[in-house]
Amino acid sequence: MSNLNKISAAFVTALGVEQTEVKDDLAYSQHAKWDSTAHMVLIAELESQFDLMLDTDDIIDMSSFAKAKEILSKYDIEF
Amino acid sequence: MHRDKEQSELIDMPIYQLDKIEKQAWLEQQLLSLTMHHCELNPLYLNLIRANASQSPDSLVTIPPVFARLFKDYDLTSIAQDDVFRVMRSSGTGGAQSKIYLDSESAKLQSKILVKTLQHWLGKQRRPMLLVDSKATLSQAGGMTARAAGLQGLSFFGRNHCYALDENMQLDKPAVTEFFDKYKNDNILIFGFTFIVWQQFIQALQARDLKFDIKNAVLIHGGGWKKMQQNAITDSAFKAGIQTQLGEVKVHDYYGMVEQTGTIYMQCEQGYLHAPVWSDVLIRDINDLSPVPFGVQGLVQVNSVLASSYPGHCILTEDLGQIIGEDDCACGRKGKYFVIHGRVPKAQVRGCSDTFS
Repeated sequence: MSNLNKISAAFVTALGVEQTEVKDDLAYSQHAKWDSTAHMVLIAELESQFDLMLDTDDIIDMSSFAKAKEILSKYDIEF
Repeated sequence: MHRDKEQSELIDMPIYQLDKIEKQAWLEQQLLSLTMHHCELNPLYLNLIRANASQSPDSLVTIPPVFARLFKDYDLTSIAQDDVFRVMRSSGTGGAQSKIYLDSESAKLQSKILVKTLQHWLGKQRRPMLLVDSKATLSQAGGMTARAAGLQGLSFFGRNHCYALDENMQLDKPAVTEFFDKYKNDNILIFGFTFIVWQQFIQALQARDLKFDIKNAVLIHGGGWKKMQQNAITDSAFKAGIQTQLGEVKVHDYYGMVEQTGTIYMQCEQGYLHAPVWSDVLIRDINDLSPVPFGVQGLVQVNSVLASSYPGHCILTEDLGQIIGEDDCACGRKGKYFVIHGRVPKAQVRGCSDTFS
């Protein structure tokens, strides 16, 4: 599975949104399902799918799908 | 109210480094501007200011503080109904609850400031985390309670979260044992409300004679000492009890309230609570509400530059406290440092996070 598919799947699983909703402008606190509880589920899902550990700055900065890709890129994950 | 650039500059301010002259000047300007902002957008607040100040406030101490209980009696909001992103509620079991209205911008700013403050104490790496509460606390309907907000706010600092109590708020022995066995050599983070940590966790471990030998752990607890004082448990007895049952644990109390979420006053190694750069405390005389000098006990007023969606930038609490000093704590942090002595006797019991019984 490509990294893009993997991160999209993580969003679908963690937030309970439709595949078609996972776009760059999908944003924390804009979508009803992406609240602070879902956010921690998302973090755990990304960490397990990509086998990495995010720090607290990453968690706070991860405010959209686009931003999530940017943050994972810091960990040498290419999209 | 805070634009993006201003917001990131605000977040990047050094937390405990501004000296009193610099900090007080900056705070005064911010708080006066928030007073104007709320007067323009909130007719109830404007009335309150007009009723309590003979002229427009022109200095920090002349801004009339809003009594904390007014957040129970009135919907004090400075944003349109459509912009309400989250309503924070105190978790009082009896009487009315405070209601604090946040737009999405304030909610985000508050979480960022909370994280920034705690990074100073915990570092950026997330730690295996034990939450001394029940998972059910998070899913209570009807807005977010202070306890749920605390648990959720702090959970950013953890990973592999484990709840120490079951749905009946009783010790979940298998979960706790497994957690400590697995992470005993890691930098564990433990979080909970003071009285719950003591009564439901430490006393339950004592009753079962269960001891652990963890290293490098940090316990952050808060939510009031009212019940602890009733049971005559001091801060040092609390710390000793924790260390006897769990092992090497650094213990930090904190002071904070749902009316100013995002602001947290952490207890330093010397045992004093510290005001971070975005907030401050002021002590007022219990009878005439005039500001009192350092060292004198009185009513605690909390000021915060983060309250833009509701007029909570200057709040008079029902807590008694005493400022010890400013900029010269032995721990090295600048800003005011203080202690809290408890609630005003016979005050209307204000719901807060230590209402669990």
